[in-house]
Amino acid sequence: MGFLKMPDLSDRVGEVIEASTTHFVAECYQLYELPPLGGLVSVGDTSLETFGIVYHATTASVEPGRRPIARGKDEASEEEIYKSSPQLEKLLRSEFSTLVVGHSNGETIYQYLPPKPPRIHSFVYLCPSERVREFSRSFDFLNLLLNTSLPVSVEELVAATLRQMSQAHEDRQAFLKAAGRELAVLLSSEFSKLRAILGRLRL
Amino acid sequence: MIGENARQPLGIVVSGSVDKGVEVRLDSSASVEDMVVGRYVTIEGRQRRFFGMITDISLGVTDPQLTVNPPDTADPFLSEVLNGTATYGTIHVLPMLTIGGDVTSLIEGPQPVKTVPSHFSMVSLASDDDMNLVFGEEDANRFFIGNPLDMETKLCLDLPEFVKRSNGIFGKSGTGKTFLTRILLIGMLQKSKSVNLIFDMHNEYGWMGTSETDGRKVKALKQLFPEKVAVFTLDEENSRRRGVSTDFVVKIGYDEIEPEDMVLLRQTLNITDLAVEASYQLRRRFGRQWIQRTLDVGESEDTQELLKEMNIHESTFQSLRRGLQTISRLSFIEPHAPVDAVNTLLSYLDKGMNVVLEFGRYRDITAYVLVANMLARRIYARYQERMERSMSEDIAPPNPLVITIEEAHKFLNPEVASRAIFGTIAREMRKYNVSLLVIDQRPSGIDEEVMSQLGTKITCLLDNEKDIDSVLAGVSGKSELKSVLARLAPKQQALIFGHAVPMPVPIRTREYGSAESYKGFIGEAGSGQQAKKDIEELWD
Repeated sequence: MGFLKMPDLSDRVGEVIEASTTHFVAECYQLYELPPLGGLVSVGDTSLETFGIVYHATTASVEPGRRPIARGKDEASEEEIYKSSPQLEKLLRSEFSTLVVGHSNGETIYQYLPPKPPRIHSFVYLCPSERVREFSRSFDFLNLLLNTSLPVSVEELVAATLRQMSQAHEDRQAFLKAAGRELAVLLSSEFSKLRAILGRLRL
Repeated sequence: MIGENARQPLGIVVSGSVDKGVEVRLDSSASVEDMVVGRYVTIEGRQRRFFGMITDISLGVTDPQLTVNPPDTADPFLSEVLNGTATYGTIHVLPMLTIGGDVTSLIEGPQPVKTVPSHFSMVSLASDDDMNLVFGEEDANRFFIGNPLDMETKLCLDLPEFVKRSNGIFGKSGTGKTFLTRILLIGMLQKSKSVNLIFDMHNEYGWMGTSETDGRKVKALKQLFPEKVAVFTLDEENSRRRGVSTDFVVKIGYDEIEPEDMVLLRQTLNITDLAVEASYQLRRRFGRQWIQRTLDVGESEDTQELLKEMNIHESTFQSLRRGLQTISRLSFIEPHAPVDAVNTLLSYLDKGMNVVLEFGRYRDITAYVLVANMLARRIYARYQERMERSMSEDIAPPNPLVITIEEAHKFLNPEVASRAIFGTIAREMRKYNVSLLVIDQRPSGIDEEVMSQLGTKITCLLDNEKDIDSVLAGVSGKSELKSVLARLAPKQQALIFGHAVPMPVPIRTREYGSAESYKGFIGEAGSGQQAKKDIEELWD
C-alpha cells in the first residue's frame, strides 16, 4: 500500500479533549458542527494515526452546573434566538465521543487498538470518501464494535457505521451485502442481534 | 497431477471419520439444490487426493433461533446475506479411493480409503478426467456401459475382470434389467474372451426384444452379431412364428433327467419331500429309464408289491407320478432325444459361439428350471472334466463360460442352493472356468452364501427393504449406498459395485435400441476385428 494522504484541514471537525486507549472525546469548533453517528474520524499524524467511529454526541452548557434556559418566547424563529443572544455560541458546546477502531503507521491500516491513545488537543478530521474506502477494505473492525459496551445500542452503532461507510462506495448494496455476510459469521449464534442490524441496513 | 486444472470449489471438509464419511460445508456459491446424491466429488487433502460419493445432503443453521423465527425470505438482501453464512448446506461424502501425491502412488493407481482428508480440505465435483483416472478409458478390455450420473464420462467395465467371478443384475421389474443385460452380453461377447450361454425365458436376447415403455422392437444379439451368436430353441414353431432363424432345436429325453432335477422342481411341481426322496430310489432301481418306467407302472398288484419292497408309500408315489406327468406333457421332452443337446451346445461353445436358448411358449417356471438346471449340470460336469484334464495333461482349457439365468431365486433360494448346480457354480466360482450372470428381481430370495460370492453386482432401482439389504450385504458404506440405491430413477439407472469397479458408481445406462446405438455396438466389434485382421496380415 502506498503512502497515505493526510486529510485536508477543511475536513477538521474538532479537537481531542479526553483520550483513552479505547475512546476519545472531541469538542467541535463550531456549535452543532458534529460528525454523523457512525462516521469515521481520524486523529494524529502519519507516524501514528488513530481511527475512531463516532458513537455518541452531546450539546450542552459549558459549565456543568448551569443549564440553558428557554429564550424563544418572543422570537419569531429559532435563528432569531441565536441572533439576539450571540453569547450562546460561547456558552454551549458540542462534543462527540468516538470508539477507537484502528490505527495506521502511515503505510498500513491496522484494525486493532493503537499502542498509545491520541494526545489531547490533537485535531480530529472527518475521513474523506477515499480514506473510508481504504479503511473499509477489511471488516475486522466490526469485531471491536460488537464487543464493547456503549451508551448506544451496538446494533444501532454498527448499522449506522455501515450505512455511513457505504456512502463512500460506488455500489452501496454490494458493500452492505459483504458487510452483512461478515456480520452473519460474527453473530452466528445471535440471530436476533443480526436481524436487528440487517433490518437497519436497508437503503 | 494434483490441482492440475482449476475447479469450481464446492466447499470444505469440516468433520468426518473413515467409518461414517466426511461432512462438507458448502460454499455460498454452491447451491444445495444442485447437489445430487450419487455424484462424485474429489477432495484435495494435503498429501493425497480422495474420491468420494455424495451420499446425503442436508441443511444447517448456525443459530436454532433461525428455525424458530425464520427471516423474511421475500427480502432479497436478507436472504443473500444469510445464504451460506447463517444458513448453509452440507453434503455428506463417503470417501472411497485415494491417490497419493508421489510418483509411486500415481503408478499404483487409486487405492481403497484408509484415512480421511484433513480439516478444511477443499472439495470439488469430480471432472471427467478424474473419472477416467479411476475407471479407465475404453480400450480392448474395457467396455462402455453407461455414464456416471450427471456426467458425460464414459464409464467402462473391465470385462475380462468382470467374468472372472459370478455376477448379479438386480432390480424391480421394469427397471431395465433386460436392457442392461443385453448391453453387458454384447460387451462380454466382444471383449471378454468368454462364451455365453443364456437361458432366455422370455425370448428377449436371441433375435428381438421389445421395449416396455413404448412397445418398440429392439434388436437382440443374433441380429447384431450373426457370426457370433447361435439361437437354440425349445419351441421351434414359436420361433418360426416370430421369424427367428434358429440354429438348433433342443429335445430332451426322459433318460437325461436326474433325481437332482426333481429337487429344484419340488416347489413348482408341488410334490412332497418324500416324493423327491422316492425318485432317488426309483432311479437306483430302474436306472436311466426311471422316468419312463415310473410312468409306465400301472396301478396293478405288481406296483403295490414294488412299492412295498422299496418302502415307498402309495401317496408319495402318486405325488411323484403326478409331477413326472406334468414334465412329460412338455412337448420338448421325449422318451429319447434324437440328438444330444449338451454335445451340440458344447460344440458351439467350443467354437466360441454364444448360445441363446429360447423357451418359446414354455414360459412357465417348471420348464425353465428343469431345462436350465439339467443342461447347466451336464455342461458343468463336462467343463469340470475338461479343466481337470487340461491341468493334468497341459492342454488348452475350454473357453470360459458365463451362464445367464433369469428368475435366479428359483435356482438359488436357500432351500435348494446347496443342492442345485447353480449354487455350486456360484460358490466354486471360476475354478472350472464357469461363472454365472444372475438376473433377479427379488434378491432377498437368493441364498446369502451365494449372494456373498457374487463378484460384481449391478442393481437397478429396488424399493423393498429386504431386497436392498441383501444386495448391499457386506459392502462398506452400506447405509450410505442404500440412500443412493433407493433414489435411482426407475429407468435406465443402476448402481454398480464390487469386483470389477474400483468404487461403487451409479450410472445412467448406455442407450440401446436406436439405430445409432446399434452402430456404436457393432462399430466397436468391427474395429476389433479389423485390428485382428491387421495383425494376422502382419504375420503372414
